[in-house]
Amino acid sequence: MTIETTTTGVLVLILIMTLVTLATRFGGVLIMSFVRISPRIESFINTMASSVLIAIIVPMAFGGDAGALAALSVTAVTMLVLQKPLPAIAAGVFAAAAVRYLF
Amino acid sequence: MRMLPISLFVVAFGAAFGLAAVQKGLAPLDTILMSTLVFAGASQFATLDMWGAEVSVIPVMVVVFAINSRHLLMGASLYPMLKDVAPAKRYSLLLVLTDANWAIAAQDYQRGNRNLEVILGGGLVLWLAWILGTWLGVYFGGLLQNPKNLGLDMVLGCFLLSMALGGKKSPRILVAWALAALASLAAWKWLPANTHVVAGALAGGVVGFFWLEKKPGKETAGETPT
Repeated sequence: MTIETTTTGVLVLILIMTLVTLATRFGGVLIMSFVRISPRIESFINTMASSVLIAIIVPMAFGGDAGALAALSVTAVTMLVLQKPLPAIAAGVFAAAAVRYLF
Repeated sequence: MRMLPISLFVVAFGAAFGLAAVQKGLAPLDTILMSTLVFAGASQFATLDMWGAEVSVIPVMVVVFAINSRHLLMGASLYPMLKDVAPAKRYSLLLVLTDANWAIAAQDYQRGNRNLEVILGGGLVLWLAWILGTWLGVYFGGLLQNPKNLGLDMVLGCFLLSMALGGKKSPRILVAWALAALASLAAWKWLPANTHVVAGALAGGVVGFFWLEKKPGKETAGETPT
């Protein structure tokens, strides 16, 4: 099935994308409301929550350039030392800009 | 305040999207409308690749769903916080759920605070930043030629990393992270694009499922209701 990108066609496409995205935003909570939360399920959810972050970041580091690597490692070190996100992010972004400027 | 660096990044990212969309032949108003309604950057970029005189619907739906399927997991992880919230409020909060405001809320929850305001407030800020960015990109696209040179493409990555490292770390979490990292890398390499987040997250979750946190005063946290 295809939709021509006429004026209405584009609107329909945008609407479809909106609905699909909405389904993902609502779906997780909706499904969970039918699941009885046992300690096991809760442990699953909690571990998964921070694993989402790792799963986003690691391929970003492996697929990225030297700037990306520098940004992530500087952020990690700053964060572990200072325990404050803002300086960590700022240092990471600055590292990316510096590495890309120099090399 | 914690949303400020991210909002700047979102404006830049939105501008990049606006520029790309107009170059692909989308009308300015349609582009802004898409950002307003869909509000999910990576999937919007991905569908641009599929844009032409005709667009096939099913692939667009599959791609948008796959890229945004991480929302399912994020929503699920918020459920313990949201279960006492009235459904109308619960689902309005979720309208503006994104990586960044979810990460803050999830971290706060690990520390024992229920911070739903950050989802709503942060989400609205990000939403407006996304629309503003798209608008800028559509009309003044040439201004932000190369945000990469400024390291702006790394803001989200650094932000999410600092959120992860700010949480509590235990052997259990570290094993889960290692597995999540391996699974996401494997999926990134061999599975279709954009499945890596879900694969990694589920792998990490499995560790949590089988390796329960020891709670003082409880011998085993079995599934027996108390």
